[in-house]
Amino acid sequence: MSAATIYVPGDSGALSMGAAAVAAAIAREADRRGLDLHIVRNGSRGLYWLEPLVEVATARGRLAYGPAATHDVASLFDANFLAGGDHPLALGPTEEIDYLKRQNRLTFARCGIVDPRSLDDYLAHGGYRGLGRAIELSGGQIVEAITASNLRGRGGAAFPAGIKWKTTLDQPATPKYVVCNADEGDSGTFSDRMIMEGDPFVLIEGMTIAALAVGAAAGYIYLRSEYPAALVALNHAIGAARARGYLGASVCGSGRPFEITVRVGAGAYICGEETAMLESLEGRRGMIRFKPPLPAIAGLFGQPTVVNNVITLASVPVILDRGAKFYNKYGLGRSRGTLPLQLAGNVKRPGLVETAFGLTLRELIEDFGGGTASGRPLRAVQVGGPLGAWFPDAMLDLAIDYEALTGAGGLLGHGGVVVFDDTVDLARMARYAMEFCALESCGKCTPCRIGSTRGVEVIDRIIAGRDRAANAELLRDLCDTMAAGSLCALGGLTPLPVTSALKHFPRDFGLEREPADAAARS
Amino acid sequence: MAIEQTWDERAVRAIVDGLKDEPGALMPILRRIQDDLGWVPPASVALIAKALNLSRAEVHGVVSFYHDFRHAPPGRNVVRVCRAESCQAMGANALVDHISKHLRVELGATSADGAVTLEAVYCLGNCARSPAIVINGRILGCVTPARFDEAVTECWVDR
Repeated sequence: MSAATIYVPGDSGALSMGAAAVAAAIAREADRRGLDLHIVRNGSRGLYWLEPLVEVATARGRLAYGPAATHDVASLFDANFLAGGDHPLALGPTEEIDYLKRQNRLTFARCGIVDPRSLDDYLAHGGYRGLGRAIELSGGQIVEAITASNLRGRGGAAFPAGIKWKTTLDQPATPKYVVCNADEGDSGTFSDRMIMEGDPFVLIEGMTIAALAVGAAAGYIYLRSEYPAALVALNHAIGAARARGYLGASVCGSGRPFEITVRVGAGAYICGEETAMLESLEGRRGMIRFKPPLPAIAGLFGQPTVVNNVITLASVPVILDRGAKFYNKYGLGRSRGTLPLQLAGNVKRPGLVETAFGLTLRELIEDFGGGTASGRPLRAVQVGGPLGAWFPDAMLDLAIDYEALTGAGGLLGHGGVVVFDDTVDLARMARYAMEFCALESCGKCTPCRIGSTRGVEVIDRIIAGRDRAANAELLRDLCDTMAAGSLCALGGLTPLPVTSALKHFPRDFGLEREPADAAARS
Repeated sequence: MAIEQTWDERAVRAIVDGLKDEPGALMPILRRIQDDLGWVPPASVALIAKALNLSRAEVHGVVSFYHDFRHAPPGRNVVRVCRAESCQAMGANALVDHISKHLRVELGATSADGAVTLEAVYCLGNCARSPAIVINGRILGCVTPARFDEAVTECWVDR
């Protein structure tokens, strides 16, 4: 009989809950019982409340057990979990878990399933089929496919990827670059980290297709330093891809070269802004640049550069493989395809939810998330990271798509949704938004550099009860100045969490009574 | 009289020599120095500037821009606590207070005996298991004060 295969995630989130110790305990216990085991350290399925989620490959498919602790290991063996035996932690077939079953996993199709260290496993699960198609096409045809798919930048700005690529393709200047923005700094987001740790080859494949499309020979991944496990996974995958000719002097024997280098940031949120990131890659302070020129025309080292987020690039292979029409049939309005949403904060079942655009916030938080983790009433939700708006419970029936959220005075950003219960104080959170901006401002624009510090002071006065109405007016005025007078999204959008908190939660600022919302509903 | 912190000039020189021909070499050089030494000695700025044909002001400007680059050696243990929104939703502020009291060190400081440096970090990407912290490179999720006290005894160096 061949060795049984067990999956214990090596994903950082799983590791943070003790997955390494569980894997070691399983290996020890198998050894003690004289059983031959093959343990795969897969990525996470994104069902984080169940991590460490141990899976066993059986004739009935993969069966899940979780959340597993080291003290559960002996009883799992006693229950014969290797053959799918019953146990209090048994969750049945992984694919049948409702949270996962209700998703449309396109970009994350392999994450949590494959061994992220194995190129063969990637190939066995449909990997590099997109590149295989792309090799047969001209650069212009690849760009057309991306344009037809209506893929928009998943980093937050939602700019159509096809238009960006076309701009770079049309530049006569060489060399050209492909830069992957892996500086995922928004609180409440972790999809970039998950895919880099759990399916790094899909990002490499996406970047390679982008390079073929625009005629770039070199690519950089700008990775934030807070993701050390992703660095290891990416460097390993790049080495494996190079060894097999998927990267190097002649990609898949096409005669076209492409190489990828990972560069690690140094803890600056602003470097997630594309021009600040380019400055950092060039070895300077992460100060943002004026646009124009657009990076697509004059980007890294002054050359035409495609800059895309991890998820944007990781969505490219499936589009080339299955076709633009296939991808485009998901979603609604101008938001096409799928979006990996990240549900976090005070929620019972946090995790990654990749679905077609159009789910409502309430469906995400209640149906997937199961309400608050604390069991207290939900009071506020921040959508789109630290620069995103706060919404009260009464607004949760909003559909999750770019236009709907913008229309409601917010933004979708990178798809992070952070839930807070009724213990949250929105005046404190507004103060935090300004404090964060002051800490992370690159200093180029005065409204952002100085306005953020003044913002903290004004909110402090409001919290202290000094001349509240007048100071609130001053705060709104300051927010106007920051929004209108800053070059990039940091100074330009920090007002969003502040003004939305003021608007929807005036009670927290000691202003008028709160409109009937949260309390009434829950 | 203030004592100049000693630093390993030979190690820095080797890093600079090895990376100075990379495109945009300054960041990879500083990153490697920070990773290997645990800090970027201010006295190394002149050496780096000379090798890259930059002014010392330019190099200092880059070193001081990025939060990761420390200007002094860290403690023997480094604890990083996430203070971003998702972790706040799960009690990060109270956790910071607990850790600071437990370790007897302020956020952003190194204890006088050099045993520990406590730093704030803004998102570890572990928002689905908030609040999150890192003790000596090991990431921990769903950290309560009790879980922290337990983890500290496990991960601590020369306690």
